[in-house]
Order: sequence, then C-alpha cells, then structure tokens
Amino acid sequence: MSGHFKKKSKPKQDIPTASLPDIIFMLLIFFMVTTVLRENDVRVRTQLPAAEALTKIDQKRLVSYIWIGPEKLPGLQLGNTRVQIDDALIEDLPGIRSIMYRKLTEQPKLIVSLKVDETSEMGIVQEVEQELRQAGTLRINYSTTRFVQ
Amino acid sequence: MAGLLKKKKRRESEIPTASMADIAFLLLIFFLVTTTINVDTGIGMVLPPPLDEQEPPPVRERNMLKILVNEVGQLLMEDQPAAVDQVRAEVKKHVTNNGVDPNYSESPGQAIISIKTSSQTPYRAYIDVLDETWMAYREIWDNEARILGQRDYASYVANVVEAQDAPNEIREKYPAAISIAEPDPQQ
Repeated sequence: MSGHFKKKSKPKQDIPTASLPDIIFMLLIFFMVTTVLRENDVRVRTQLPAAEALTKIDQKRLVSYIWIGPEKLPGLQLGNTRVQIDDALIEDLPGIRSIMYRKLTEQPKLIVSLKVDETSEMGIVQEVEQELRQAGTLRINYSTTRFVQ
Repeated sequence: MAGLLKKKKRRESEIPTASMADIAFLLLIFFLVTTTINVDTGIGMVLPPPLDEQEPPPVRERNMLKILVNEVGQLLMEDQPAAVDQVRAEVKKHVTNNGVDPNYSESPGQAIISIKTSSQTPYRAYIDVLDETWMAYREIWDNEARILGQRDYASYVANVVEAQDAPNEIREKYPAAISIAEPDPQQ
C-alpha cells in the first residue's frame, strides 16, 4: 500500500512544460504585432528641446517624421542644417510639398512629427511649415522631450 | 522481444517538441531587441490652410496678444520686453479677461495668441514660448474642469466627453487659438 502511494507522487514532481511553447509564442506574437521594423537611419543631429505641455501620439502608424538639424559628418563633426525625410536628405525644400502630398494620399489622417534640433533656426522650420501647408498636411507635432525640473 | 521492438518504433514516430520553447525564445528575444517602445511626445499644432485669394478675417487689436521672439531669443510681448516665465501669466490674463480690461481680450473665444519669430530665432526659444502658452491654456482648462467637479481637464475629457459622448464645453469656451504668424514677405 505504501509502495503504491510513492509511485503516484513521483510523476508530479516534474513541472509540466508542455504549455511552455504556447506561452512563449503568445509573448512572441505580442512583440511581433507591436514592433515597428526598420527605424530610419537619421543623418542629422536632432537634440530635441524639452517642454511641459506634451501630447502623446498613440498611433505610430499615422506618423511621418521630418528631421531638421545639423548634418552629421564623419568624425563627430556637424555640418549645415539639413532636412531629412525617410532615408534621404532633401536637396530642394519645395520638393517636400510633393513628398508630403503623396504621403497624405496614402494616409489621410497623417500627423507630421517635426524632430527639430534645438539649435536650429526658425527660418528653415518656417520654410518646411509653408511646404506642409501647401501639401495640406496640417496636423503637425513639434517633437519634444519631457521637461524635468 | 517483439513487444520491445514495438515500443521503440512508437517513440521514434513522435516529433521532439522539447526544443520548441527554445526556438520560440530565440524569436522572442529578436523581437524584444528590435522593438522600440518609446512613445512619441510633443506639442501638437494644426497649421492654417494655405492662403488663397481670401484674406484672413480681421481681428481686433485688443483680442490679439502679440509675442515676438527675436534672433537671440528675447521676447517682446505687446511691444514690451518680457521674460519667458511671464508668458504664462500674461496669456491667462489675456484669455480670461472677458472684456474687463480694455487692453486684453473681449472674450476667451475671441482671444488669439500670436507668436512671431524671425528667421534667425533659435528653435529652442520658440518652443519655450509655445510651451508656456499651451501650459497657460492647460491651467485654464484644469481650472474650468475643477469648477465642473472634475479633478483636472484630463479627467473631464475621460469622464464627461468620452464617456458620455458630450461636446467638450471647456474646449469650446477656450478654443486655444494660437497663431504662428506668417513669415514676413520681404525675408
């Protein structure tokens, strides 16, 4: 009788690992869904200013970025202020209009996030804004970090 | 002997699933590493539509609070030199004036904050002023929400506007008209 009991209690000492793959797969699928692959290689320095009155952009898929800042040169040097959209540095600013218009037709709820270096001058920001107005992409967001006191 | 052989055959026909978890783990770690969780934060604005032939509607002088930011980030508020930390109080005073002081706005709905920069103004200075202006409006909204019995404006939006599908009365009363002035044509 006592031998009987011993046999029964033995297999219970193992933790059942059969469901482990399912658990991991669930985590995996969560991260696969939330991942946005291919971050852009930013070729300008954008040290963002800090601000208090922040809004969050929850839907990352609506966002298109424009980077404005001094160009990163080899050897940690900084060049002139340039504008970057997607992977390319923009050579002529009026070309932004057609780029952004095309993006707007693909995503009518487009939000343009302006990642502007805090040392940039307003002149180039205003020029880009004028192009955005012409393109019709009116929802913008001045990207800033959280102001810490 | 025959029974032993049968048992062996059965074991081999199963697919080994012990490594399944490891494979999944490897994929999981890959996605963990490549994921960027950081949420974008910033100051949201809506640009005015491009001007066609029509002129913008005339605005009475008293309804407009003009803030000028110059090349080195110094402020001129209603033609008076000012510091950045004065902006918030001045904007609140301007918006909530309700026609009392003839130098400030007639009503919150008509009040306009105009921020004008030169082409050499550092972006940092512009964002500072814009931030202070938005914070002034946020404080006004928070105050209104407290009068309506909410903790702050965010809980007003969550509890009243979104939960009851009601119009956002605070936002309608204080529409936060912040104008980014057109750059000067001669530039």
